[in-house]
Amino acid sequence: MSIGQTFLGLLEATPRHGYDIKRRYDEHFGHSRPVAYGQVYATLSRLLRGGLVEVEAVEPGEGPDRKRYAITEAGVADVAQWLARPEQPEPYLQSVLYTKVVLALLTGREAAELLDVQRAEHLRLMRELTRRKRGGDLAEQLICDHALFHLEADLRWLELTTARLDELAARVRA
Amino acid sequence: MSAPLLVAEGLHRSFGETVALVDAALRIDEGEVVAVLGSSGSGKSTLLHCLAGIVRPDRGRVVFDGRDLVTMSDAQRSALRREQFGFVFQFGQLVPELTCLENVALPLRLARVPRREAEQRAGQWLERLEVTEVADKRPGEVSGGQGQRVAVARALVTRPRVIFADEPTGALDSLNGERVMRLLTEAARDSGAAVVLVTHEARVAAYSDREVVVRDGRTRNLEVAA
Ligand SMILES: Nc1ncnc2c1ncn2[C@@H]1O[C@H](COP(=O)(O)OP(=O)(O)OP(=O)(O)O)[C@@H](O)[C@H]1O
Ligand SMILES: [Mg+2]
Repeated sequence: MSIGQTFLGLLEATPRHGYDIKRRYDEHFGHSRPVAYGQVYATLSRLLRGGLVEVEAVEPGEGPDRKRYAITEAGVADVAQWLARPEQPEPYLQSVLYTKVVLALLTGREAAELLDVQRAEHLRLMRELTRRKRGGDLAEQLICDHALFHLEADLRWLELTTARLDELAARVRA
Repeated sequence: MSAPLLVAEGLHRSFGETVALVDAALRIDEGEVVAVLGSSGSGKSTLLHCLAGIVRPDRGRVVFDGRDLVTMSDAQRSALRREQFGFVFQFGQLVPELTCLENVALPLRLARVPRREAEQRAGQWLERLEVTEVADKRPGEVSGGQGQRVAVARALVTRPRVIFADEPTGALDSLNGERVMRLLTEAARDSGAAVVLVTHEARVAAYSDREVVVRDGRTRNLEVAA
C-alpha cells in the first residue's frame, strides 16, 4: 500500500501532528500491522521534501511531535491522481501449484494427493479468516472477505485441475 | 475419547448401474460442524441421506448414539429423524399454506406440543435467526435468505442432536448465504447440535470445524496437522 498517499489523504480534511496521523492510520488501516513511529516520521519528511505537505505550526518544546503538518495543493493533486488511477489487477499467472502438479505427473507421484493437501491447507486459512470475520467490525470483515474471495478462487482452480487431472497427465506424459 | 455421536462405515450404495457410494465413512462428534465437499455427482447428498436414515445403504453401518440405523424398522427410523435430527435443504422445505411462524412451530405440533407453547418457542427461534419480521407471512412472500433462516429455525426448534444441511445456501447470494451460515452455525453451537453440511462452496465450508471430501463415491478425510 502506498503509505505516502494514505497520509496525504488523512491530512486532506485537516492538519495533524505525526502521532495523530499514526492514530488515524492504525484505526483505519492498521488492522494486521500498525505503522511504526519511525516510518511515520520518515514518510512525513519525504512528503515535506516533495512539497506535498508543509509544516503549518511548530509548538515550543522538544521532539518530533511539535510539528503540525498540512497538505499542500500539490499534495491534494497527488492524492486525487492516485485515487483516480486504477490499480493493476494481479495477473496470478505464475502458479507454483501448476508447476508442482505437472512435476508430480511427470515423476509418477500422486498429483491428486498434492491437490487434496493443498485444498485442506487453503480451507484451514479460510476457517481462520472466517472466525476473525465473525468477531470483527465492518472494516475487519471487508478485509477478511477480500482474502476469502481470493482463496476461494484458488480452491476453484484446485477443483477444476483435480477434475482434469487425467487429461493433463496424458498430455504431459505424451 | 468419547464415543462419536454419529458414525458411518463401509457405506456402499448404487442406483441401478450408477455407483453413488463406495466404502464411504464419516464420523461426527457432539456439537461438531463437518463440511462434506465434492464435485457435482460425487455422492455428497447420497452420503447425507444415508447418515440421516433417509436412504438405506446397500452395505455398511450407520450408528447414531449407539443404535444402527440400517437395521432399525422404518417406524423407528422416522421417529429418530423426527426427534433427533433437523433438516435444511436448498429449496422448498416450508409448507406454502402455513405462515412462517406456523412452519417453525410445525415439528413441535407434530410432537404434540400445545399450540400456544409451540408458537411461543417458534417465535424465539425466529428471533434467534433474525427473521421475526416474517412471522405472519407465508413462505411465498419472503426473500430467499429469509426463507432459509426460517428453515433453519424450523430445523432447530425441536433441539435436535444433528442438523443435516444440504446446500443450505445454494440459492442465495454470498451476503445472504454467509448470514445464513453464521446464524446456522452459531445457533447449532449454542444448542449443542452437530451439523453435517453438504456444500460445494469453499466459503460456506469455512464455517465448519473440519471437512470430508467425497470423490467418485469415496470419502477422503484429510486431517492436516495444526
Ligand atoms: N435417487 C436416485 N436415483 C438414481 N440415481 C441417483 C439417485 N440419487 C443419486 N443418484 C446418482 O448417484 C450419484 C451421486 O449423486 P448425489 O446426489 O449423491 O451427488 P451430489 O454429490 O450430491 O451431487 P450435487 O452436488 O450435484 O448435488 C449421481 O451419479 C446421481 O446421478
Ligand atoms: Mg447433492
